[in-house]
Amino acid sequence: MSEVIKIKKGVDIKLQGEAEKIYASADTPSTYALKPSDFPGIRMKLKVKEGDEVLAGDPIFFNKNRESVTFGAPVSGEIAEVVRGEKRRILEVRILADKEIRYRDYGAADPTSLSRDEVKGKILEAGMWPLIKQRPYNIIANPDRVPRDIWVSCFDSAPLAADADFVVHGQEEEFQTGIKALMQLTDGKVHLGLDGKTNPSEAFKVNGTVMHRFNGPHPAGNPGVQIHAVAPINKGETVWTVGMQEVIMLGRLFKSGKFDAQRSVVLAGAQVNKPRYHKVIVGANVKTLLEGNVADAKNRYISGNVLTGTQISSEGYLSYYDNQLTVIPEGGEDAFFGWLAPNLNRFSISRALFNWMMPNKRLNLDANMNGEERAFVVTGEYEKVFPFEIYPVQLLKSIMVKDIEAMENLGIYEVAEEDMALCEVVCTSKIPVQDTLREGLDLMLNELGD
Amino acid sequence: MKLFKNILDSVKPHFEAGGKLEKYYPVYDGFATFLFTPGHTAHSGAHVRDAIDLKRTMVTVIFAMIPALLFGMWNAGNLHYSALGLAESMTFMDKFLWGAIKVVPMLIVSYGVGLGVEFIFCIIKGHQIQEGFLVSGMLIPLIMPIDLPLWMLAISVIFAVVIGKEVFGGTGMNILNPALTARAFAFFAYPTYMSGDKVWINTSTDAGQSVVDGFSGATVLGDYATGGEVQYSTMDMFLGFIPGSIGETSTLMVLVGAAILLYTGIGSWKIMFSGVIGALAMGLIFNTFAEYAISPEQQAFMAVPAWQQLIMGGFAFGIVFMATDPVSAAQTERGKWIYGFLVGFFAIAIRVFNPAYPEGIMLAILFMNVMAPLIDHYVVQANINKRKKRLATVKAA
Repeated sequence: MSEVIKIKKGVDIKLQGEAEKIYASADTPSTYALKPSDFPGIRMKLKVKEGDEVLAGDPIFFNKNRESVTFGAPVSGEIAEVVRGEKRRILEVRILADKEIRYRDYGAADPTSLSRDEVKGKILEAGMWPLIKQRPYNIIANPDRVPRDIWVSCFDSAPLAADADFVVHGQEEEFQTGIKALMQLTDGKVHLGLDGKTNPSEAFKVNGTVMHRFNGPHPAGNPGVQIHAVAPINKGETVWTVGMQEVIMLGRLFKSGKFDAQRSVVLAGAQVNKPRYHKVIVGANVKTLLEGNVADAKNRYISGNVLTGTQISSEGYLSYYDNQLTVIPEGGEDAFFGWLAPNLNRFSISRALFNWMMPNKRLNLDANMNGEERAFVVTGEYEKVFPFEIYPVQLLKSIMVKDIEAMENLGIYEVAEEDMALCEVVCTSKIPVQDTLREGLDLMLNELGD
Repeated sequence: MKLFKNILDSVKPHFEAGGKLEKYYPVYDGFATFLFTPGHTAHSGAHVRDAIDLKRTMVTVIFAMIPALLFGMWNAGNLHYSALGLAESMTFMDKFLWGAIKVVPMLIVSYGVGLGVEFIFCIIKGHQIQEGFLVSGMLIPLIMPIDLPLWMLAISVIFAVVIGKEVFGGTGMNILNPALTARAFAFFAYPTYMSGDKVWINTSTDAGQSVVDGFSGATVLGDYATGGEVQYSTMDMFLGFIPGSIGETSTLMVLVGAAILLYTGIGSWKIMFSGVIGALAMGLIFNTFAEYAISPEQQAFMAVPAWQQLIMGGFAFGIVFMATDPVSAAQTERGKWIYGFLVGFFAIAIRVFNPAYPEGIMLAILFMNVMAPLIDHYVVQANINKRKKRLATVKAA
């Protein structure tokens, strides 16, 4: 416990607009949405139609290939709209929420007195199984497997991320109940990854778990990095990962019998006037949160952080797993001799620009690509921000040529998009790293199954 | 800048789909993105991106070569006037301008022809123009002798760009360093213009001028190879007051460039450092076994102190600017150590053992360019084996 594992590679991008540790009050959003695009590798089938009334926890859709995995409604209310895209693919299922949320009661229970199947069955029944993810592939866990271990990272090192200690405050019991439920699901251990820079909250000290402390720049808070540092995933092994706030939701299920999908979301970024925390429900519409609190300019709204988040509109919906809503300037102006200019207000890990002279300056970054896509030329730059004993460029190249055996040999089982997000940020050739990795993971998933 | 923007915007419709010059869009795009880094924003993946791009990387390398280029111009003039016995009476500017008049046309030909070929390929393939040749175009004149006819330079450039690069798919895909491909081509196609003791110093005379008695235009390496007496001091070699290819002579100026590359992190310190170690290792081996040499010339060359090998010929220039080319070098960090070491090791070996090629660094780098994928293969394979071993221990437990 006391031994701190050092993560040496990585970088903290210091952005403006860090949130103050206060909960702000905004009007409660009236609509909520579930987006199938938040769950890669899954074919959805709807269980409801427009106009249906649902309670929180009622199934909205399910996984066509594994019908036991359903996606519970985060709120009660009326199915307002099913937004479809090309080939009638479902983009969003929107729910108009009741003023007072009514819950389907799945019955409270002490997880330590339940069997593994009972714990599993309860989570599945309540439509909460999608909260649990698995490596390899970074997808919703396969409930038919027993994972080697379950990993919960109890801090987020991404830019402007929510402070775990602040969020868990007041929900200690729920967190611990959630962890106890998870302990029933594995023959191995539940591992907790704690922040080694601070003295972590007492809430995270749960008997029976294995605690590790990590110190280092982002991506030290990613479960993938932590697992790699402690016990790397081998071919054929499965490790489940659950977010800290997802553990709290699972805890609530066992304490109250309800799918209470409330989470703390941090609203941050340079364009936010008063960056604060909000208590909202999964899939909330962001309009009311932003109203009167963002700069009047061309903004980019991101559900999630600037590295892995999804671009949404100012009236869009939070994604399923996101604890963060980031607003940065959109940018988009051509830069006259931009490749020659000093570019002082931009981020770079390269000393070919001069930003290294002020490592602690908080930057106001926009979404500019700062260059065009090229072939791989520069070598050794991914390795500076990728704390895995894996050759990142060679792995990406094996994906580009769809060589499954090479991907496997090069360690694709251990990584998720978020682990390679910084590679994408620092890439001189502007290679779409995260999309490429996702393609590789999907390809493996199709060929080999989860 | 508004003016440029307006011009670009006004001609853009001709180059877009349906326009008269649609085929030439890559050329338009090349110029437009040269003037303005396009303001497009991230639409997938990370929302913030590093300010570095390939143009910035390449231009940093060009900056690093400028000291060597400027010195090369002055040195060409200085050697020319020295050969005529006029070095004392000519000013610094006279010498520099004389060199500039010879070197600038070579730069123009190199860039003009090289970029021309690249444009043609991009138009045919509909690719964007990539920046790789910005560095090669400057490197090629710097590694040629001052008196190389411009048409030979042009053919070498065409060979390098087409056979060295475009047939493999363009920037980032080539196996050999394009600049060295150009030099190797010229070396084997026009040996009389690329080697010997007549090509390194221009001795053309105007009316009333004549070459001084006892003049020799041989390079230091040439002298050693043929057993001639070396007429330059160690300090001359370090500062660069010696005959040689245009940009390679001054170790000092190369070190200035190396400082820029190392400081910005664009040149791999691992390759440069291990290259120097490799050269010193070979030099020391030669020192040790000099007495077993088969000829007195060879013995003299083998006995040259190992550190002096570093400042002779093109070793410094090659290891700093060409061995570090990320595309043709080893691409794994561990591989770079091995690659650099062997470049240095073989450069000195070829230089000393093969009097036909007194400049060993060119062949050493080209040889190691070919070997680099093999080195990487074994480095990556070691990583794969480690993973497999880990799996085996887990299964056994």
